[in-house]
Amino acid sequence: MVQNSMKNWKTIGRYIVLLALAALTLSGCAGQENLSAMIPKGEGAEQQYDLIKLTTYVMLFVTVIVIFLFIYALVKYRAKPGDNSIPKQVEGNAKLEFLWTAIPLVLIIIIAIPTVKSEFALADVPEDAMKIKVTANQFWWEFEYPEYGVITAQDMYMPVGEKVGLELKSKDVIHSFWVPALGGKMDTNPDNTNKMWLQAKETGVYQGKCTELCGAGHALMDFKVKVVTKEEFEAWIEKMKKPENPAPATAKAEEGQQLFQKSCMGCHATDGTQRSIGPNMKGFGDRSTVAGYLELNEENTMKWLKDPQKVKQQNKMPNPMQDLGLNEDQLSALTEYLLGLKLE
Amino acid sequence: MATSYLDKKFSLWDWLTTVDHKKIGTLYFFAGIFYFAVGGLEALLIRIQLMYPMNDFLDGETFNQVMTMHGTTMLFFAATPLLFAFMNWVVPLQIGARDVAFPFLNSLGFWMFFFGALLTNSSFFLGGAPQAGWTSYAPLALDYKGTDFFVLGLQISGAGTIMSAINFLTTIFTMRAPGMTLLRMPLFTWSTVVASALIMFAFTPLTGALFLLMFERMFDAKFFDVAAGGNVVLYEHIFWIFGHPEVYLLVLPAFGIISDVIAAISRKRLFGYHSMVFATVLIGFIGFMVWAHHMFAVGMGPTVNSVFGIATMLVGVPTGIKVFNWIFTMIGGKVQFNTAGLFAVSFIPSFVIGGITGVMLASSAADFQFHDTYFVIAHFHYVIVGGIVQAIFAGMFYWWPKIFGKMLNETLGKWMFWLFLIGFNLTFYIQHYLGLWGMPRRVFTYLPNQGWDTANFVSSVGAFFMTAAVILLVINVIVTFARGEKAVQDPWYGRTLEWSIPSPPPEYNFARTPIVRSNDPWWYEKMQGKKEMQYAEPLAEIHMPNPSIIPMIMAFGTFIAGYGFIYSSWFGVFLGFGITGVCMFIRSIKDDHGQHVHPEGLHVEKGVHHSA
Repeated sequence: MVQNSMKNWKTIGRYIVLLALAALTLSGCAGQENLSAMIPKGEGAEQQYDLIKLTTYVMLFVTVIVIFLFIYALVKYRAKPGDNSIPKQVEGNAKLEFLWTAIPLVLIIIIAIPTVKSEFALADVPEDAMKIKVTANQFWWEFEYPEYGVITAQDMYMPVGEKVGLELKSKDVIHSFWVPALGGKMDTNPDNTNKMWLQAKETGVYQGKCTELCGAGHALMDFKVKVVTKEEFEAWIEKMKKPENPAPATAKAEEGQQLFQKSCMGCHATDGTQRSIGPNMKGFGDRSTVAGYLELNEENTMKWLKDPQKVKQQNKMPNPMQDLGLNEDQLSALTEYLLGLKLE
Repeated sequence: MATSYLDKKFSLWDWLTTVDHKKIGTLYFFAGIFYFAVGGLEALLIRIQLMYPMNDFLDGETFNQVMTMHGTTMLFFAATPLLFAFMNWVVPLQIGARDVAFPFLNSLGFWMFFFGALLTNSSFFLGGAPQAGWTSYAPLALDYKGTDFFVLGLQISGAGTIMSAINFLTTIFTMRAPGMTLLRMPLFTWSTVVASALIMFAFTPLTGALFLLMFERMFDAKFFDVAAGGNVVLYEHIFWIFGHPEVYLLVLPAFGIISDVIAAISRKRLFGYHSMVFATVLIGFIGFMVWAHHMFAVGMGPTVNSVFGIATMLVGVPTGIKVFNWIFTMIGGKVQFNTAGLFAVSFIPSFVIGGITGVMLASSAADFQFHDTYFVIAHFHYVIVGGIVQAIFAGMFYWWPKIFGKMLNETLGKWMFWLFLIGFNLTFYIQHYLGLWGMPRRVFTYLPNQGWDTANFVSSVGAFFMTAAVILLVINVIVTFARGEKAVQDPWYGRTLEWSIPSPPPEYNFARTPIVRSNDPWWYEKMQGKKEMQYAEPLAEIHMPNPSIIPMIMAFGTFIAGYGFIYSSWFGVFLGFGITGVCMFIRSIKDDHGQHVHPEGLHVEKGVHHSA
C-alpha cells in the first residue's frame, strides 16, 4: 500500500517536471517582433526587459524553494489510510520564521535598487532632445513636431538612435501611449502633460497601442511608429512642410477634392503645418492604415466613409452619408482623392 | 435529538425576516453564488468573444458593458457576499457567541447589498450597463447613463457592507466567550477583524469617489471637468485608496479560511500562530500605503513611483511568512486530501504565482511594460481565482456540514477540483505572456497576425473547463440537499469551537457559553479526554432577538430612492427615503426586547465522532 502510493507520487512528480519543462519551452516564445516587450528594440524597452528578467529570476528562486517544500510536505506528510494517530503539535520555530522574514527583505533590496535606478533614468528626458507632442483623441493619435512646425496623425515618424522626448496629453478621456518594443507606456491625461523619451535602436515599423480603456473603440486605437534614418526623417519633414499637395490625377479625384473642401475641410486639414479637429490628412495615401487598424486601400477607405461607427464604435466623426449628405459615388470620389494624398 | 436552527418549517417570511446570523450567512451565500454565476457567464462571454481575432460575437460597446459588469459583479456582488457568508456562518461560532452584536443591522446590511446588486444589474435591461470598467474612471464614465446605475447600486450595497463591518468588529471585540483572548482567536476570526477594519476605512473613500461621480452626472458638478479647473487624476487616487484595500479585504478572509482548513486537515496546530496574526494585521496596514502602484503610468514622477513600488514589494514579506507557515503546518502533520483539503493545498502554489507576479509588478520601471496589459489580468486572476475563489471552495466544503448538517459529495467535489485547477491555469497562465507580447487589457477584439491567436484560444478553452467545474458544484449542492450524507458534529476532527456544537447548530448555537482554555479550544478539550467543552454558566433561559421585516423594507426604500436619482425624479427620491425614514422611526420608538428561548431538553449532543 505504502509502496503503491509512493509510486503514484513518483508519477505525479514526473508530470510536474514535464509541466515545468513545458513552461520553459513556452518562455522561449517571445512574441512578435516590433510588438513584443520581450524583443526590445529600444533603450527604454531594453532596460525594462532587463528588469523583467531580473525580477523573474529572483521570483523563480523563491518559487523553486516554495514548490520544493510544498511537494515535500505533500509527499511525506500525506495521511496514510487508516492512520488516525495525532501528530506532534508544534507551535512554531523562531529561527525559521526569522529566516523567511529576513531573506525576502534581502531579495526586495536586490530588486528595488535597479528598479529605482531605472525609474529615474526613464524619467530623465534630455533638454535638447527632439520633441514630439502626442495628443490622444477618441480614438486616434496626433503627433506634432514643434521644432519643425509639422503635424501628422496615426503614423509617428522618428529618427533611429536618437533620444526623442515625448510630451503626452489627451483632448478628451484618459488614454495611454504604448510602443512595447521601444519602451513602456505613459498615460495621456486631459489635465496635465506627461513626459517620456523613446530611443529606437533599429529602423522599422513598430506597433503602438492605446492601453487605457477609452470607450468602445479602445481596442482599435492602434498607431504605428516609423523609425527611419536621420536623413529619411529630415526628408519626410521637408515633404510634410510643403503647403501644396499633389494635384488630383483624375477627374474623379478632382471631384473628390471639391467634396472634401466642401464637407470635410472643417475638421481635417490637408496642410501638414496646421492643426485640425480631426486627423490631419497630409500624406494620408502614404500611411499604413485607415482608421488606425485596417490596411490602407480603396475598399477599407470606402468602408470607413460609408459607416464610421461600424468600423470604430463611438468615434466622433459625423457619418458622411447621413450627416453630411454624401452619396456612394461621392464617397468613391472622395476615396480616390484621399488615397492620392501622397507626399512628394 | 437536538433541534437545529434549520428544523423550523421552511417559509419565505421566515427567511425575509430572519436575524439569525446563520440564516443571514445562507442568504449571503446563495445571493453570492447567484452573482458568481452571473459574473461567470459574463466571463464566458468575454472569452468567447476573444477566442478568435476580429470576432464579432460582441461589439465594442456590449463587450465593455459585459467586461465592466464582470469585474463589478465578481468583486462587489460575488466575492464580498460569499466571504460575508462565511463570516456570518462561522465567526460567532468560532468565538462562542449566540449571534452577532447587532442582529437587526446584520439583516439590514444584507438587504442593502441585495438591493444594491439588483439595482446595478437592472441596468442591462434599462438602457445599458455601465461600460467604463469596474474602476469607472472619470471622465470616460461620465459619458454613459450606465454609470448612474453603477454609482447608486454601489452606494447602497456599500452602505450595507460598512454596516456589516461595524457589526463584525463589535461582535468580535465584545462577544467572545470567557477565555477567548484576542491571541486565541482562530485565524479566520482574526482575518475578519482586519478585513472589517479595512472595509471601514476603504469604503469611505469609495463612497466619496462615487458621490463625486454622482454629483458630476446628476447635478453638473465640475470635479472632473478640466476646462473648469477639475482634475481627473484625483479620481484615480480616491478610487485606488479604496481599490487596493478592497483586494486585501477579500484576500485576508481567504487567508483565514486557508489557515483554519490547513490546520484541520493536517491535524496540527497552525505553525507560527502569532506571526500569522501579525502578518495579517501588517498586510492590512501596508495595504493602505500602496494604492498608487495602480497608477505608475499616470505620470506621478520617479520619486512617487519608487516609494510606492518599494512599499508594494514589502507586502511580499508578511505574505511570504504566511505561505511558509502554511507549508510548515503541513510538514510534520497528517494531511488529509478531502475536497476542502485539495482546494486549500492547491491554493498555496496558485497564490504564490499571483504573489510573485505582484512583486514583479511592484518594480515600477518594469511596470511601464506590464501596466494595463494581460499580464496584470493574469496576475490578479491568480490572486482572485487561484486564491480567493479556491479558498471559498475550500471553506464551502469544510463548513457546509456544520451549517447544513449534510456532507457535500466528495466524488463530485474532487472532479470539480481537478476541472477547476486545470481550467484556471489554462485560462490565466498564458495571459502572462499575452501581456508581454503586447496585448492591452479591456480590448474587445484584436487583429490577427500579432502572435496572439493561439494563446487567446487556449485561454478561452480553459474558461470552459472552469464553467464545467462550477456546474458540477451546483449539481453537488442540489444532490446534497436532496440526498446528502448526514453530517456528524465534528466530521474533520476539528480544532475550533464550531466543531464542539451539533451540525447544524441550534438557533442559539451554544446552550451554555463555553470556557476557552487554549488556542484551538475544542482540540484542547479533546486532547484532555473531554467529550464536550467546559461551560461558563448553568443551563438557563437564553435571550435571543426577534425576527423583523423592517430591515428589508428599510433597504427597499433606498432601492426606490436609487431609481429616483437615476431618473431625476424627486418624487422617487422622497418616496424611497420616506419609506426608509418611516422604518427608522418605527424601529426607534418600538420597544423590542427580544425573546427568551428555553434550552431544556435541547442539550448538546453527547459523544464526539472521530472521523478517519
